Amino acid sequence: MGEAIAFYTLSFFILVFAVLVVTTKDTVHSVLFLVLDFLFVAALYALLGAPFLAAIQVLVYAGGIVVLYLFVVMLVNLKRPPEAHEDPHRRTRFGYALSVAVLVELGVVAAYSHAIPAPVLAGARSVIPVSGNTEEVGWLLYTSYLIPFEIASMLLLVAMIGAIVLAKREL
Amino acid sequence: MDLFVIPLLKILIVLNATLVGVTYMVLLERKVIAWAQSRLGPMRVGPYGILQPIADAVKLMLKEDITPARADRWVFTAAPIIAMVPALIVYAVIPFGDKATLFGREITLYITDINVGLLYIVSVASVGVYGIILAGYASNSKYPLLASLRASAQLISYEVAVTLTLVSVILVAGSLSMVQIVRAQESAGWWFVFVQPLAFAIFFIGGLAETNRAPFDMPEAEQELTGGFHTEYSGMRFALFFLAEYANMIVVSSVATTLFLGGWLRPFPGVSALSFLDIIPGWTWFLVKSFVFLYIFIWVRATLPRYRYDQLMRIGWKVLIPLAIVNLVVTGIIKVMLL
Repeated sequence: MGEAIAFYTLSFFILVFAVLVVTTKDTVHSVLFLVLDFLFVAALYALLGAPFLAAIQVLVYAGGIVVLYLFVVMLVNLKRPPEAHEDPHRRTRFGYALSVAVLVELGVVAAYSHAIPAPVLAGARSVIPVSGNTEEVGWLLYTSYLIPFEIASMLLLVAMIGAIVLAKREL
Repeated sequence: MDLFVIPLLKILIVLNATLVGVTYMVLLERKVIAWAQSRLGPMRVGPYGILQPIADAVKLMLKEDITPARADRWVFTAAPIIAMVPALIVYAVIPFGDKATLFGREITLYITDINVGLLYIVSVASVGVYGIILAGYASNSKYPLLASLRASAQLISYEVAVTLTLVSVILVAGSLSMVQIVRAQESAGWWFVFVQPLAFAIFFIGGLAETNRAPFDMPEAEQELTGGFHTEYSGMRFALFFLAEYANMIVVSSVATTLFLGGWLRPFPGVSALSFLDIIPGWTWFLVKSFVFLYIFIWVRATLPRYRYDQLMRIGWKVLIPLAIVNLVVTGIIKVMLL
């Protein structure tokens, strides 16, 4: 009961802040709502019994990436009146179509994960020979999900090298 | 009772002790720097000036609190709070001691021991940066903005090096829990400063930079940037920034004590000839070690001149981060070879 109340309260705030992120006129305020959103998502992870994910969510998203967003926003200084942001070529229809596609995708994922019987999930959990949230995440990353993990690392490395090449044109 | 009252009491005690400690840190700093410069420091309020922090607190509370006309009101108000709160909630996982018996009840001398304790500290500290960035932005004035850009660049750079050193400590200890890290030092028989001297050095330098202390107090270089990011702040809101800086210093020294100096353990916990030292309770050792660390912070400020900004960035990216990575790799290799 208490868990359900906490879950729905957190989800409500997550959705409210997400809407505020895209509707606020002031760019800095919008970034700040994004931080709040990330912090509430971290609280949701903590509620789900995943403290490691919660801490990483705060460290990487709220504390790392958004600080850089804020940096960029402050440096380019978007303090123009709101009218200047109106773009006549904005593809509204494309945006709507994209939102609907993502929504359908989420629905499919939710339906699919509902279809997996609970014993299967519990069985998958019992295979892990370590206990503790951090240890479990580490174990899964280096066994079942080794290849996706390596591919993601590779992608990050490529992005990093790309950034260096772009920043230093004469190497 | 055990679920609510005792944790609440602990939180109250830790919070108040921290705030009193922070105000007296300011006095200690003024005194030590005064002695280093052959002055007396505050002498008027109370004997040897020991009531000076209380006078300062009353003065700051009574002062007019000004918000600049063109400031971003909401963000301007939120910034000092955002700076202060992370500096305080970090104390939730710092182990001041092991266990103590009080009124026939066994009490652990930490508020909580979560198994991602160290990660919690790092992530909460990373949110504290927003206080400085937003203060500079919301003031809508050029010096605070410049200072806050400097500050955030500095914090982000040094955070990388510090976090890498923490990872090598985690590798040695085999746990993210602050209590388990101290226990690992107990069973190893020596403090991790002897196992990870390089990590300790990098952590110390990075700690100076992350708390904006001299010789890295670039964000508040008064000769170039007037007051730094808090130029436009006054009264209690200014005091909050001030308190947050000192609270962060106490956090850094407590974390250093826990990770590298054996937390509540006596010196050389592996040598049984020194076991007569066990009469002194663990929390005393913790406080003494943290105090020594804080004193060194002040000592460094009184001794070293400020670095130039480009030098600061060069040290961070070209010296500390590569050294931290090498240290991490070597630690990993040794750990795998020994297992």
